Amino acid sequence: MPPAIELTNVTRRFGDITAVDDLTLTVPEGTITVLLGPNGAGKTTTVRLATGALGCDEGAIRVLGLDPIRDGDEVRSRSAVVPPKPALYDRLNGWDNLRFTADIFGADHAAILPAAERFGIDDALDLDVAGYSTGMRTRLALARAVLHDPQVLLLDEPTAGLDPESARAVLNLIRELAGKGRTIVLCTHLLHEAEGVADQVVLMGAGQARIVGSQEDLADRFVTNPAVIIDAEDRAALARLDAHQHVVSADWNGSVHVRLTHLDRLPDLVADLVAAGARLTRVEPDNPTLETLYFEMQRSLREGSRAPDDRPQALREVS
Amino acid sequence: MRRDRVLTVARIDLSRLFKSLDYWIPMGVLAMVFFVILPYGLLTVVTSTTSSDLVNKIGEVLQSLPGPVQENVVGDTPAARGAYMLAVYLLAPVAIVVPLTISSAVGAHSIVGERERGTGEFLAHSPLTVREIFVGKMLASLVPGFLATAVGFSIYAVLVNVKVGPLIGGWFFPTAGWWILILWVVPPFIVVALSVILWVSSKVRSTAAAQQAATLVSLPVIMAAYAVSSGLLIDPVVAAFSVGLVAWVLAAGGLISGSRSLNRESLLGMGAE
Repeated sequence: MPPAIELTNVTRRFGDITAVDDLTLTVPEGTITVLLGPNGAGKTTTVRLATGALGCDEGAIRVLGLDPIRDGDEVRSRSAVVPPKPALYDRLNGWDNLRFTADIFGADHAAILPAAERFGIDDALDLDVAGYSTGMRTRLALARAVLHDPQVLLLDEPTAGLDPESARAVLNLIRELAGKGRTIVLCTHLLHEAEGVADQVVLMGAGQARIVGSQEDLADRFVTNPAVIIDAEDRAALARLDAHQHVVSADWNGSVHVRLTHLDRLPDLVADLVAAGARLTRVEPDNPTLETLYFEMQRSLREGSRAPDDRPQALREVS
Repeated sequence: MRRDRVLTVARIDLSRLFKSLDYWIPMGVLAMVFFVILPYGLLTVVTSTTSSDLVNKIGEVLQSLPGPVQENVVGDTPAARGAYMLAVYLLAPVAIVVPLTISSAVGAHSIVGERERGTGEFLAHSPLTVREIFVGKMLASLVPGFLATAVGFSIYAVLVNVKVGPLIGGWFFPTAGWWILILWVVPPFIVVALSVILWVSSKVRSTAAAQQAATLVSLPVIMAAYAVSSGLLIDPVVAAFSVGLVAWVLAAGGLISGSRSLNRESLLGMGAE
């Protein structure tokens, strides 16, 4: 299956500033890709390049097998962008905003009400958007984005400043569309919201995709000492954890968070604890959060460290 | 370029505009002043004056006009001839000032307004071509000006016929020259001005800057159009169609070059000055 989005050695400059620098990135069809990175990393420019709203100075871009500049109308008809600030017409009501979008994208007007209902703003469609709350505006922008059932959805910081309900609507939308085989690209600062949704995580910096991989792959690469949570009926029976040969550290905070020399050593540790009389009530992996990974990756880049050669196949450093 | 998309862009702009009382009230006042209040006051003074001094001065003014104009001025008395001259010739620029002022106000805000609201980003990511956006916005800028002109001009025509008609033997307005002016000459002049204004709107950072620039653009167009329209009213048959034709060619050129000036980057707010 060809990738939904493919950028090959793409560079885009604005005067003296290079916003995207020799970027190579592949977004497989039907997957969720999360672009992480600080402000100025090139995330928004990447989204704009993907729809052909911006042209690149160098390199090649294909979206759904098409050139976003030459076949821009087709690419934009089959994709949707949710920008950081919902770009809505305040003097018009919700219905007119959606109708405008439907007319531009060639969507049926019959799709308007279901889209509004899906995001819980159907009761407000006859109100001017100027009176909408931030959350309502975002939900209207989301309804607008799905009106024409896009194959590629690009969300650029869609949850910034949202109430939890609206933020959840965004994440539910992502999961739902991904379930239908749509391709999602999510740019975000809010790492906890992207937790667990990404098939692929891309750490961007200085216009480049510095690190690319699945969350599990990244954990394998950047978290050198895997963690597990262990608990027992009698916590005193876990005292020997601190001195165990396969334990790097043990954090006694409620349950015990144990860092191991290697995950393969866990059965040995459990056996030793049981042999010592501990009645274990909990043993489960303590997977690193995306936030943990993000800072580990950033630290790794700062220190110029590199992953070992036997890193997972799917993981690759692009820049 | 798809016509339905152009009309959609125009429709959304017009929908927003018609909901904006803060825009319509000053524009309505402007049209009222130029099409109703000013002509009513002047025509009332001229048609009802009993001052022999004023009548004599009107007669002197008429004598100083070029021969072709004098031949076209209708009326048996200096007051009637003065009123006819006023209604048909001296108020000609009204036909330019009102639509151009209203349309340029809309046009100036048109593209830079999309950037200021952030809706330019939505348009940039939409399947609309930049030409569809440009022409749609041109249309949306033209419609309010011409709508105001159509209504104002109709009221003006009734006013002139009611005030001046009885003095010269019946309703006479609009004359052939006015029809040609309104339908053939004024529209392309406004398209030319709007092409420049939309180009400016796509380049500047704020609506205020666009409006300043629009004023600069409008003035010479108004002056040129006034000179041309006055001449056409005097001798509509000879020059009107050729002048109108030239203006339409210029308008087509303005449309093409104007639409080329707009691109998705400017909708995103890049390259603004």
